[in-house]
Amino acid sequence: MKHTLSVLVENSPGVLTRVAGLFARRGFNIDSLAVGRTEKHDVSRMTIVVEGDHRYIEQVTKQLHKLVDVIKISDITTEEYVDRELVMIKVAAEPSQRVEIMHIAGIFRARAVDLGRKTMTFECTGNEGKINAFEESLRPYGIKELVRTGKVAMLRGTRFSGVDSGASKEMKEE
Amino acid sequence: MEMTVAEALIRCLEKENVEWVFGYPGGAILPVYDALYHSSQIRHVLVRHEQGAVHAADGYARVTGKVGVCMATSGPGATNLVTGIANAYMDSIPLVLFTGQVSTGQIGTDAFQEVDIFGITMPIVKHNYLVKDPQKLPAIVKNAFHIASTGRPGPVLIDLPRDVAESRISFKYPSTVRLRGYKPTYRGHPSKIHEIAELIRKSERPVIYAGGGILGANAAAELLQLAETISAPVTNTFMGLASFPGDHPLFLGMLGLHGTRYANMAVTECDLLIALGARFDDRVTMKIKAFAPKATVIHIDIDPAEIGKIVSVSVPLVGDVKLILKDLLPLLEKTDRSRWLARIAELKKQYPLTYDREGGLKPQYVIEKLCEFTRGEAVVATDVGQHQMWVAQYYRFKRPRTLVSSGGLGCMGFGLPAAVGACLGSRGQPVILVTGDGSIQMTMQELGTMMEQELPIKILILNNHTLGMVRQLQEFYCEGRYMSVNFRFHPDFVRLAEAYGIPAYTITSEEEVLSLLPAALAEPGPALVNCLVPREENVSPMVLAGRGIDEAIDCS
Repeated sequence: MKHTLSVLVENSPGVLTRVAGLFARRGFNIDSLAVGRTEKHDVSRMTIVVEGDHRYIEQVTKQLHKLVDVIKISDITTEEYVDRELVMIKVAAEPSQRVEIMHIAGIFRARAVDLGRKTMTFECTGNEGKINAFEESLRPYGIKELVRTGKVAMLRGTRFSGVDSGASKEMKEE
Repeated sequence: MEMTVAEALIRCLEKENVEWVFGYPGGAILPVYDALYHSSQIRHVLVRHEQGAVHAADGYARVTGKVGVCMATSGPGATNLVTGIANAYMDSIPLVLFTGQVSTGQIGTDAFQEVDIFGITMPIVKHNYLVKDPQKLPAIVKNAFHIASTGRPGPVLIDLPRDVAESRISFKYPSTVRLRGYKPTYRGHPSKIHEIAELIRKSERPVIYAGGGILGANAAAELLQLAETISAPVTNTFMGLASFPGDHPLFLGMLGLHGTRYANMAVTECDLLIALGARFDDRVTMKIKAFAPKATVIHIDIDPAEIGKIVSVSVPLVGDVKLILKDLLPLLEKTDRSRWLARIAELKKQYPLTYDREGGLKPQYVIEKLCEFTRGEAVVATDVGQHQMWVAQYYRFKRPRTLVSSGGLGCMGFGLPAAVGACLGSRGQPVILVTGDGSIQMTMQELGTMMEQELPIKILILNNHTLGMVRQLQEFYCEGRYMSVNFRFHPDFVRLAEAYGIPAYTITSEEEVLSLLPAALAEPGPALVNCLVPREENVSPMVLAGRGIDEAIDCS
């Protein structure tokens, strides 16, 4: 099962290397990782997607907790949350195909951001499933280039997983 | 008060009550050594190789329980520390290490003696810092000592660029530590402690499996009290040795790969395994499915990540083992387990730890006599290999923090420099280094440091002219094809010692052990004893790869 971990870290040099290095040397696989600043200038948030069973995720989480720069980890998989990925796709498009492709883009609420003589470039945001579907829809025309961010996620409603909120860094013991 | 960062660093060390710094100077760390020149509190031990510095700081930390401090310059100075840092990390030893670095403007330009030691050491430190902002140095040092010595201890490295070391700051040592991402759990959960007491009450055949965490938490007295209260036999991991008196009737010795057969059988037969500050290392468990198959497992550890990492446990409890045992002991009543203890006595009789005295001077005999002559009270440093296992089996340690040895990393060359640090840390108590002819040659340059510091270390080389442990592996796993294990050349260890001004002896027989070993131990200063032992002697018993610990074989 895929787990989405929302991880707050110190915005200090080397923190991404620490996290990435930990995954590599412990033999954990990262499905996707997105990192950026938060509302606090000295805190960054990593959204990490990892696939594995309960025991595996527990070990990943515990090892992450050991990093001094990791402030808080929330496994939001079973919570209500909103998540988004962003993709940019450059697709082969003869002038005669443009309307047809624009129509597909419209279905996915993708926007054309660039136009070449024989290509069109789209940006599209959404959850992983939608992005996958958009990619598949354009594949028959010939995808020239594709770039995709990792997933970012946020809890719904008034709940939030900030530095000072609720469940602290200490893991609950089973 | 205004001063340079280098001077501030030394002031920080003084505030942390550092008495010894082990190190080796160089260009990038020049400002720090210049500041050290003016300190009247801190004494510096000049080693002969940076690896010696980090192992010495490690040995010092193991016997004192204090943080070991080590310094080296940038580039090769820093990379020479790497093995020692990994060693301290694997055995959870508190160290703070300072490395010089090229100036911030030169970082990333492949400058002379530049390496990214911050990046290199990331997987083998508890935490590390590259100091870029001079103002932050005091807080970083404060944090480093806190992180290294609390929770599960470990090494912390601070990389200090030369221009940062030279810049001026107004010095104020922080009184508190602010680390929002680091808050170890010390108190055990009361409901879990009650649950554990209940499991112990119900158990008929409990075994206590105690590791290095007992020593880290200074919980040897509580361990003894627990064992005696509930009449449970105690087995130690290699790292846990010396946390329980070796001559105690409840002691089973070490378990695992080269553990006693009765310890391994007791674990196999027990219905309750109480793991205290131990991590179910592969050299302990061997085949995991066959490890303590009948037991309910209680696992108490300061590091949450160790719990459930290798085996699933019935009752996990995160916290400081000393505090937890203090909370647990009042809940337990004195229990008589004469049936179980009778079974243990039977196992001890059925599977005794023995060796064959015939066929030359046996290394086990040397260790037995060493233990007898020192009454099990000496600080014993070892290297890595067969001699290390014979110490584990035949030296009956009586006091905590008297075994100084590389467990997790299995780092040959650790012994001599670690003995230097241990000797400085143990203030005149006898320190004995048991080493092998392979290991000693990895770091024997530190004989110079030992002599310079006038340390009365007694060195016992169990010399079998081979890399005995690898030879033993080749005997069992390579059908006796001995590849690159037998030394065709050795220096004359006695004359080598004499070149350093160390009195030296060669021992070739049991009679000489009885006459010369006490003489060497009685030397006021250092001494070296070269014990010629048979090449073919194996460490026995032994559990073959892929087998359970109940299947140990006799391979003497």
